[in-house]
Amino acid sequence: MGATWVHAAEPAWHNVGRDATRAEVKAWDIDVRPDFKGLPAGSGSVNAGADIWEDKCASCHGSFGESNETFTPIIGGTTKEDIKTGRVAGLVEGKSIVPQKTTIMKVATLSTIWDYINRAMPWNAPKTLSTDEVYSVTAYLLNLASIVPGDFTLSDKNIADVQKLMPNRNGMVFYEPLWKANGKGDVKNVACMKNCEVDPTVHSSLPAFARDAHGNIAEQNRLIGPVRGADTTVPPPKGVVGSVPPPKAVLVAAAPAGEGAAVKGLLEANACTACHGMKNKIVGPGFNEIAIKHKDKADIEAYLVDKIKSGGSGVYGPTPMPPQAQLKEEDARAIAKWIASGAP
Amino acid sequence: MSKDLSEVIGRVLPAPENFLSPEKLETARKARRRFMGNALAMGAGVAASAKAFAATEGEDVILKLPAHSTGLGQSVATDGYGKPSKWEANLQRRQSPGLTRVNQASVSFTPLQGLFGIITPSGLHFERHHQGWWDIDPSKHRLMINGLVKRERVFTMDDLMRLPSVSRIHFIECGANGATEWGNVAVPTVQYTHGMTSCSEFTGVLLSTLLDMCGYDKKAAKFVLAEGADGSSMTRTIDIERAMDDCIVAWAMNGEMLRPENGYPLRLVVPGIQGVSWVKYLRRIEVGDQKYATKDEAVHYIDQMPDGSHRQYTGIQECKSVVTTPSGGQTLLDKGYYNVSGLAWSGRGSIKRVDVSVDGGRNWRTARLEGPTLTKAFTRFNIDWVWDGKPAILQSRAIDSTGYVQPKINQLRAVRGTRSVYHQNAIQSWLVSENGEVSNVQVY
Repeated sequence: MGATWVHAAEPAWHNVGRDATRAEVKAWDIDVRPDFKGLPAGSGSVNAGADIWEDKCASCHGSFGESNETFTPIIGGTTKEDIKTGRVAGLVEGKSIVPQKTTIMKVATLSTIWDYINRAMPWNAPKTLSTDEVYSVTAYLLNLASIVPGDFTLSDKNIADVQKLMPNRNGMVFYEPLWKANGKGDVKNVACMKNCEVDPTVHSSLPAFARDAHGNIAEQNRLIGPVRGADTTVPPPKGVVGSVPPPKAVLVAAAPAGEGAAVKGLLEANACTACHGMKNKIVGPGFNEIAIKHKDKADIEAYLVDKIKSGGSGVYGPTPMPPQAQLKEEDARAIAKWIASGAP
Repeated sequence: MSKDLSEVIGRVLPAPENFLSPEKLETARKARRRFMGNALAMGAGVAASAKAFAATEGEDVILKLPAHSTGLGQSVATDGYGKPSKWEANLQRRQSPGLTRVNQASVSFTPLQGLFGIITPSGLHFERHHQGWWDIDPSKHRLMINGLVKRERVFTMDDLMRLPSVSRIHFIECGANGATEWGNVAVPTVQYTHGMTSCSEFTGVLLSTLLDMCGYDKKAAKFVLAEGADGSSMTRTIDIERAMDDCIVAWAMNGEMLRPENGYPLRLVVPGIQGVSWVKYLRRIEVGDQKYATKDEAVHYIDQMPDGSHRQYTGIQECKSVVTTPSGGQTLLDKGYYNVSGLAWSGRGSIKRVDVSVDGGRNWRTARLEGPTLTKAFTRFNIDWVWDGKPAILQSRAIDSTGYVQPKINQLRAVRGTRSVYHQNAIQSWLVSENGEVSNVQVY
């Protein structure tokens, strides 16, 4: 009595959930398509973009979008001729005018760049740029790539015209057999079983000097079973190692969570380690270098909290540190305290 | 009594002083002299291993009771969620030096060389993050469905988890798995050549159930956009046929909730399609009529062809296999029998057959398929091999239910060049040297 099994045309669960409000959809529906559907109204100039870039983007991408230090370069490798043809000649094997592929060489759709910056940049504080700031930064990049002049202002009104100048706008190919589940692919092999034709040459192998490039492989394998990891801290053995005497078991101990483990978690979570090594410079100085430099400051903790929150430049070189306004006060203080104690 | 004693004596067993009476002591001395005589008689001409064994009348691990047989062990539920034995600590997700520039935009590889069967332990499931991972409060997580639907809807985790669910085993593979080997051999072990893939049981609600509930526009809808809630807000275009076929909005993996590194509390499962489409921290599905050309399908995850063009939207992970035992970086302890084992999978269906060669591809034998051969899931294979101590080249070649035969690296390169980066599914070769060490090589 009372129990009802579901077998109506409209399943009983169809009312689970609730309708989204207009404001909710607007808050989350941020994507921009190649036909620019979804693009919000707004504008931004190359000059405004240059300032934002220096402040929030240059630390990872270089002042001219050319840096290969933190991420691969964004700008470079395209020519005026590419803008005419819509195909980047430098993508053809052996024809590149820069050491590696840049973003602007590859991307065909300007909507993608706008959307990329809007949803995911700055890298350590995504979605914090205003719409006009996104237009500005996009305009600055387009200028660096010689697609628009220095006095250009990009807006939702003219973005479709700029799309017609994208250097690799004709460079994308849709190949359906590698998109559809029932496709047949483009590379064929046959399952020969006996006396098959093979080239006996070993065409590629790791050079001897790379033996320990991935650490000691013995420590990356189980200690039991029919095989062991090769001990790559020593040269290869002359013959089989056999099971007597048993191969040396190398067990990796889990790293102990020492003092500062909680702060290290904070550094990871807040992307500080993207630019600062524990004991080495990456983009900015190593934490231990900061500790040494300021060790005699009376108010070192307060000084560091301020530097973390407001950013700065000039202490260790020209590359600016972006302000970390998103950091909670107590987290900034914990990091400052940890650095002040020598960044152990 | 004296019989028991003669069996006991001859091993090094520390005893308290004056434990034995003078009488018993004499019996024991006699028994010990007999034992020494036997051992000396056997000594000459036997192999080193046999000698070591005979001299002790057996292995200490058998003859001497260890602490775990004679002491009190740990309490029940000492470790509430449990973890592997400390002796298994060598098997870990690892990053490949040289690939990682920034820790939050990196990848860790599954240690395939040490795994069994077809399920990847959740703690060893590979990770790929674009802007760091989060441990999101599930009570505050929402999924929105908008776009070409009758009702734009919002679901809480409570809502989703009360809907009719499915549990299915599928592999996930990063499109860049094997990327280091497009041009030449670059990494030593199967963890780094193939470890950007894992296979798990995923539980969740079919995406088709949700799209039906929202009344998606059956005429106009051509694609959906999946979007994550994390900093990168990963987005991917998926065509509507696939979305309505076997995609799962999943909250569980291998019987537990998803791990944070793998998208807790909600991720999309897109069977057979490269991992980047399996959007983690899934917050939104938009139904549309056009492809979206998002950053990860217009800047990254595009395949460079020899003429300088790029193939876009190449999502399928084609049929692939690899021998995992023995594999690169491992050492065969001695000549003799080995059960060569590995994994095969296809994004287009199930594995029909796997062949194995030990002579670099000249001759092949068909392997045994160990367990279930599920669609778009790992299949484990194995085959007998007796190593004679001479150099050998091990390979495996999988065939899927569509008849597609896994290609050789030179066949791939002939069509796609060497700078394609993604979707490298070539036959892998492992060279076994005379010293038993196995290394990564390319032959064709």
